[in-house]
Amino acid sequence: MEILMAIVSGLLFMAATYLMLSKSLLRIIIGTGLLSHGAHLLILTMGGLKKGAAPLLGEEASSYVDPLPQALILTAIVISFGVTSFLLVLAYRAYQELGSDDMDQLRGNDHNE
Amino acid sequence: MTLLHAAIISPFLLAILIPFLYKYFRSVHTGWFVLILPIVLFVYFLGFIGETVQSTVNWIPSLGINFTVYVDGLSLLFALLITGIGSLVVLYSIYYLSKEKEKLNHFYVYLLMFMGAMLGVVLSDNVIVLYTFWEFTSLSSFLLIGYWYHREKSRYGALKSMMITVFGGLSMLGGFVLLYLMTGTFSIREMIEAVPGIMTHQLFIPALVLVLLGAFTKSAQFPFYIWLPDAMEAPTPVSAYLHSATMVKAGIYLVARFSPVFAMTAEWFWLVSIFGLITLFWGSINAVKQTDLKAILAFSTVSQLGLIMSLLGLGSAALHYDSLDDNFYTIATVAAIFHLINHATFKGSLFMVAGIVDHETGTRDIRKLGGLMSFMPITFTIAVIGAFSMAGLPPFNGFLSKEMFFTGMINVTKMDIFNMETWSLLFPVLAWIASIFTFLYSMVLVFKTFTGPVQLEKLERKPHEAPLGMLISPIILGSLVVIFGFFPNLLSYTLIEPAVESIMPSLLPAGKNFEVHITFWHGFTPELMMTIGVIALGAIGYLTLGKWRKVYDLFPKKLALNKFYDASLSGMERHSNTFTRFYMTGFIRDYLAYIFVFLIVITGGTMVIKGGFSFTLDGTAEIGIYEAVLAFAMVLGTFTILFSKSRLTAIIALGSVGYSLALFFVLFRAPDLALTQLVIETVSVALFLLCFYFLPSFKKREKKLSFRLVNFLISFGVGLVVTLVAISANSNRVSETISSFFIENSYTEAGGKNMVNVILVDFRGFDTLFEITVLTIAALGIYAMVKLRMAKGEEG
Repeated sequence: MEILMAIVSGLLFMAATYLMLSKSLLRIIIGTGLLSHGAHLLILTMGGLKKGAAPLLGEEASSYVDPLPQALILTAIVISFGVTSFLLVLAYRAYQELGSDDMDQLRGNDHNE
Repeated sequence: MTLLHAAIISPFLLAILIPFLYKYFRSVHTGWFVLILPIVLFVYFLGFIGETVQSTVNWIPSLGINFTVYVDGLSLLFALLITGIGSLVVLYSIYYLSKEKEKLNHFYVYLLMFMGAMLGVVLSDNVIVLYTFWEFTSLSSFLLIGYWYHREKSRYGALKSMMITVFGGLSMLGGFVLLYLMTGTFSIREMIEAVPGIMTHQLFIPALVLVLLGAFTKSAQFPFYIWLPDAMEAPTPVSAYLHSATMVKAGIYLVARFSPVFAMTAEWFWLVSIFGLITLFWGSINAVKQTDLKAILAFSTVSQLGLIMSLLGLGSAALHYDSLDDNFYTIATVAAIFHLINHATFKGSLFMVAGIVDHETGTRDIRKLGGLMSFMPITFTIAVIGAFSMAGLPPFNGFLSKEMFFTGMINVTKMDIFNMETWSLLFPVLAWIASIFTFLYSMVLVFKTFTGPVQLEKLERKPHEAPLGMLISPIILGSLVVIFGFFPNLLSYTLIEPAVESIMPSLLPAGKNFEVHITFWHGFTPELMMTIGVIALGAIGYLTLGKWRKVYDLFPKKLALNKFYDASLSGMERHSNTFTRFYMTGFIRDYLAYIFVFLIVITGGTMVIKGGFSFTLDGTAEIGIYEAVLAFAMVLGTFTILFSKSRLTAIIALGSVGYSLALFFVLFRAPDLALTQLVIETVSVALFLLCFYFLPSFKKREKKLSFRLVNFLISFGVGLVVTLVAISANSNRVSETISSFFIENSYTEAGGKNMVNVILVDFRGFDTLFEITVLTIAALGIYAMVKLRMAKGEEG
């Protein structure tokens, strides 16, 4: 199972990298979203995917899944959400002001480098 | 803090006062205030003759760096030169620099800074302190060369001297550090004591070469002499002081000072004497073709410094012969020290003469000058004394040191070490040819300026004799030239003998002194024949100068070292610019590509080299059908984003990946994560759609994105590395998880049954606090971005 999940997150990383290397600002932001999905999945996988009850003591099971990676992922989800929404608004404002979302056109020229 | 330390610091302290003295006593030339100090110091240092003093003030004792002052024959000789010539130069500058037109406060601050630094260099026993003062001399020399900073040539000369001397200074620092690594001390005294143990150390030769680099750049040896002719843009008192008598001799001092450390090696002998000889030869040949008085003097300084340097190199041969009685190689060291003093006297006076000529006629070009003898008889007399001494004519002091120089060079041919048999004849021959050229340019200097036809129409001012004050210093120096010529033993026991003793301390048995009795007449020796040859050939050369001078034009200009320096400097600038432009493209995609490639190469490479990849199925969970289907759905969503033609599809596909992730969280028993992921994915998709709506040119975008092979390879590499690292990490678990603690204590310690929430707000509450902060900042940032607008035309 872990091997499969490692491959899936590897694919997510690959797609995210490819998107981040593109010209369109929106595709870059989609790439970052995909990258955070991949990272979250990877944290969960690396925490071990052994069967066990959900980390709720009310279950009264003999074994639970690891609660620590879950806490870490929860934090990461919220932070990546904050960053993604900031980036989105930034892209929106950049388009409004500069009239382009093509990264090649947003390149600085020699005068304002 | 002894009086000696105060003596070194005093010029710096006076330099602080200069601007005030300049501002509040405008009617008095600032130089008069300065003049007192070097005179007092000179008298003070005279009191040290025959003594050896050492005293220490702690600076950074924990690093072994202390302000240790050590006065022996060698340092004292230099200290006297610095303060003595310093006094004369200050006196001369009072008449040379106009009170009304020049910024005297700048000039004297720099000059005092230089004087203090130079005293520090020659009196320090600690190499780090020596280096500190050494760089101070480079710095103050830079400021003094660029004194008339509105002239482009001054700035060029200042920068050039700075680049070259600082390059050498840093090399020297490297050499000092290597010496410290070998001996464990920064003190020169202690280094000398430790030398027998480190002679064969592998860092010994690198240290030697680095220290010599410092000495050669500072003392304008071949090929680093190129800064000195350009430093002639400085005011003439500066050229006289720094670039003939003192600073350029700092390298000589360094070589002499480190002779006890390095001189037993053959490399030292070869490097010092060969480079000195080449410099002597090259400088004297180049001096003849110059047409500017100061340029002739600059190349002559280069040449004479080469002479002293080669003598110091030859002198080191003395260490290879044990017996002192018939050791005729010590004469080379004696000659070096004697010529050092002589050169300071006659070159200082000649520079002052050049300054007077410039001051009184408005030009230094010998093609415009001529026949000044009748206008300036005193200046002419001084020039004759200085130039004849430089040429090595009796009865001046230059004659004596030149004879000793020839003696040293002839002695080389009798040397039976270092396989000298084959090459030894080269030394006296080169030295002899160089002396002929020295004679030539000395004659050019005097006779082209002071004899021949007067060309009044080419001069800016009608020439007349300089004011008395301006003549005092050159008269004193000229008299010294004559006095030392007739009474050389005034110097030999007081200054030369202790200096030689400190250059070659190991040669001297206890209670004995070096024989430095210099006789004026030594019989019909080969040296005398050489001198007669020099005079004869030099005279013929001078008389026929017009005929063969064109030979110099044959020398290709492209091979000149200045061209090489300029080309390498501009070449470095151009190439680094090209290189920066090559990789700093301005496209964010390129930078991301660098970062990703670096990640792949470093992470993947390390794993491959260290054999870090491993693969095991032990302890992995089984693959259920739901997970397999969900994984397939997720990959499908991912590829839909990649291949989608419209961005709307991409956004929806991203949403599907997010929801698949939420479902994974469900499958892997993470209810809180699933909840959060669902909500946040919904909000995110909504935000994406919102932005998408405001990006109206999406029609343009709805074309197939060009497939880029490079991008694909990079992203494939990233994915591969991440997967392999993840699998390897999963296959090598080193320790157990700490989660049993959370499982056991969530309820008992924190009173909660939801372990994830307990961790978030109780066990690891700080994470959550700052995560809230992150969200707040993001919200405020978004608000600010949307609300704050720059007015039209307003620059950010």
